Amino acid sequence: MSVGALKTPDPRAVTRAGAGAATAGATTVTAAGENLVDVQNLVKYFPITGGVLSRVVGYVKAVDGVSFFIRKGETFGLVGESGCGKTTMGRTILQLEEPTSGKVYFEGRDVGALSKEEMRRLRREMQVIFQDPYASLNPRMTVGDIVGEPLEIHGVATGKKKEERVRDLLDVVGLASYHINRYPHEFSGGQRQRIGIARALALHPKLIVCDEPVSALDVSIQSQILNLLEELQEDFNLTYLFVAHNLSVVKHISDRIGVMYLGKIVEMTSEEELFKNARHPYTEALLSAVPVAKPTLVRQRIVLEGDVPSPVKPPSGCRFHTRCWLAQDVCKTKEPEWRECAPDHWVACHLR
Amino acid sequence: MAERLLEVKDLKTYFYTAEGVVPAVDGVTYHVDKGETLGIVGESGCGKSVTSLSVMRLIPNPPGRIVGGQILFEGESVLDKSEADMRKIRGNHMSMIFQEPMTSLNPVYTIGDQISEAIRLHQGLNRQDAMAKAVDMLRLVGIPLPERRVNEYPHQLSGGMRQRGMIAMALSCNPKLLIADEPTTALDVTIQAQVLELMKRLKQEMGMAIMLITHDLGVIAEMAQRVVVMYAGKIVEEGDVVSIFENPLHPYTDGLLKSIPQLDTGKGKLHVINGIVPNPLHMPKGCRFNPRCPQATDLCKEKEPVFTQVAPTRYVACWLRAQEGLTKEVAS
Ligand SMILES: Nc1ncnc2c1ncn2[C@@H]1O[C@H](COP(=O)(O)OP(=O)(O)OP(=O)(O)O)[C@@H](O)[C@H]1O
Ligand SMILES: Nc1ncnc2c1ncn2[C@@H]1O[C@H](COP(=O)(O)OP(=O)(O)OP(=O)(O)O)[C@@H](O)[C@H]1O
Ligand code: SF4
Ligand code: SF4
Ligand SMILES: [Mg+2]
Ligand SMILES: [Mg+2]
Repeated sequence: MSVGALKTPDPRAVTRAGAGAATAGATTVTAAGENLVDVQNLVKYFPITGGVLSRVVGYVKAVDGVSFFIRKGETFGLVGESGCGKTTMGRTILQLEEPTSGKVYFEGRDVGALSKEEMRRLRREMQVIFQDPYASLNPRMTVGDIVGEPLEIHGVATGKKKEERVRDLLDVVGLASYHINRYPHEFSGGQRQRIGIARALALHPKLIVCDEPVSALDVSIQSQILNLLEELQEDFNLTYLFVAHNLSVVKHISDRIGVMYLGKIVEMTSEEELFKNARHPYTEALLSAVPVAKPTLVRQRIVLEGDVPSPVKPPSGCRFHTRCWLAQDVCKTKEPEWRECAPDHWVACHLR
Repeated sequence: MAERLLEVKDLKTYFYTAEGVVPAVDGVTYHVDKGETLGIVGESGCGKSVTSLSVMRLIPNPPGRIVGGQILFEGESVLDKSEADMRKIRGNHMSMIFQEPMTSLNPVYTIGDQISEAIRLHQGLNRQDAMAKAVDMLRLVGIPLPERRVNEYPHQLSGGMRQRGMIAMALSCNPKLLIADEPTTALDVTIQAQVLELMKRLKQEMGMAIMLITHDLGVIAEMAQRVVVMYAGKIVEEGDVVSIFENPLHPYTDGLLKSIPQLDTGKGKLHVINGIVPNPLHMPKGCRFNPRCPQATDLCKEKEPVFTQVAPTRYVACWLRAQEGLTKEVAS
């Protein structure tokens, strides 16, 4: 069934076919070739230690059984309240965190089963842009060093060649080549974010996890960076996992969107469908909460009562039941199943 | 005729730094009427916080100093008050919510201690009554189990609860003016929605005025009746909220509104305001927006535009728009 297996005379083609089959069973019917990333039942718990003996007394269930996929060349937006596990999900996909259980497939390959050398090569293909352009750049390194470092680490280019590539990259993200010897503090927030993007692009990645890349930026700079990310996607055929809590931004940039609540994805569909036909009550609340820059618009806003429950002891049954205005008895005891309620539209809710 | 609560006239607040003088607020004039919400928007560094800190007389000196202008609160000059008088006014008649609640709450005192302290100081209640009032305030801002939460320390509260705790503290003495500086920027959308609804409700119930500072235009559209747009230490436009959003006059306001993605923006390139905010040590000559303005003329590079009334509720500082606006006004 795997197109990849036929086309590629690659010894890994066997694993690829295998992964494809597993994927078809668990999430959705797509050949391994179409999806860049396939995530299956991904779980990431952080142990909480306590007492004199530093024993594990519990777990922060940051990501708690999530399955979804990202198609090649698309932007997958991930939204949800603070602390719901978006960053952890991104980091676990990138293997910056080891999953507690579950699997991540990258181009059909089980990332957890790769050898050290294979993993090292894979790292080049997956990069990340962070939220805070101030904290994520080493203040003692010049822009040239920051952008060139991955080239050096991976032995891709050194010396003159490296410098050439760095200048190219700066040009691509709209910085000038004379910036190469400057330090991060000499740049504005938007420019710093460009430096981070240049660094992420250095190794020709296939996937970039953009973790709140514009949240710390001003509106007018935000639009520059969003435009840049879109241009780069076209030019370099990039796939983005775009994490943010600003729904207008996510809507603008995403092809498909996943909505997270307390360690779970509760709804996933195309950007259009989500904003037209949201099914999950949490998604509805989230959409109604977005402030809209139209003073004449009168909206019925769903204000959720209370705070997000603790990911250490998530509520039983449907995790949203403590705040859901539709909750029934069944919601308290039984976890809703993750199902495709319409073509390409996934939801986990008993009632919708 | 609405009653003036706060009047700021030609306010100038400068910072005297090692690199030079930063004209953070450079001749700003606006007012807040009783019971209204005034929104102040503008890019990072344009002087929004410095303006509000000046009103509260909380500018750190040195390096900062109010070097000119007038601030009238209920007709009385704030700049002429003694520090002792100011302490009575702050927290009592006008109070402020800061952007980062963690830095403005004291980590070693419980939330109840901090709120009741303010109440005792300003309203002369005894410890017990003040604590009871603190519980009431926490309930008012929608904190569940206020009797228990009142004994908790800031780090035990979630971001949203801390922010509501700050609001409870700011409101505990029924201020006439609440200055909210980016009150929801650190919060996520659902908690932001809670806080905004709360502010609307309290404004109605207590009849206080709000000066709402944010760069989130969506928040402004929902909350404000009037809007002031700042750029590089100056007010460039002022108007009622509907006109500002539907018919922005200043090219900066126009660019700002166009560059935010809206839920109905659709795909494709977002509008961009080219260039960056000017270095406050080297403000451009003439109109401070001229290096980034698509419509700048030679006049704009030489002479600073005058803040002009172009319609009953509208003011703008732009050579071009002032003329256009005037003609439009005359024509209609
Ligand atoms: N290294 C860690 N050790 C322990 N707990 C962690 C760790 N990293 C994250 N967590 C916890 O996991 C949960 C999910 O955190 P995460 O940072 O993934 O959320 P998020 O959705 O990215 O939130 P935000 O929007 O605030 O960035 C939170 O409760 C967080 O406190
Ligand atoms: N203590 C200080 N010393 C020197 N300069 C200062 C000081 N405080 C503020 N400034 C300067 O005054 C100007 C206005 O700052 P202000 O904090 O009012 O901006 P803002 O509009 O509130 O921005 P933001 O949206 O980022 O909060 C900036 O150029 C800033 O660098
Ligand atoms: S399963 Fe029940 S509690 Fe959960 S979202 Fe659906 S209706 Fe609400
Ligand atoms: S005065 Fe001139 S430069 Fe300034 S905003 Fe108006 S047209 Fe642009
Ligand atoms: Mg995060
Ligand atoms: Mg500020």
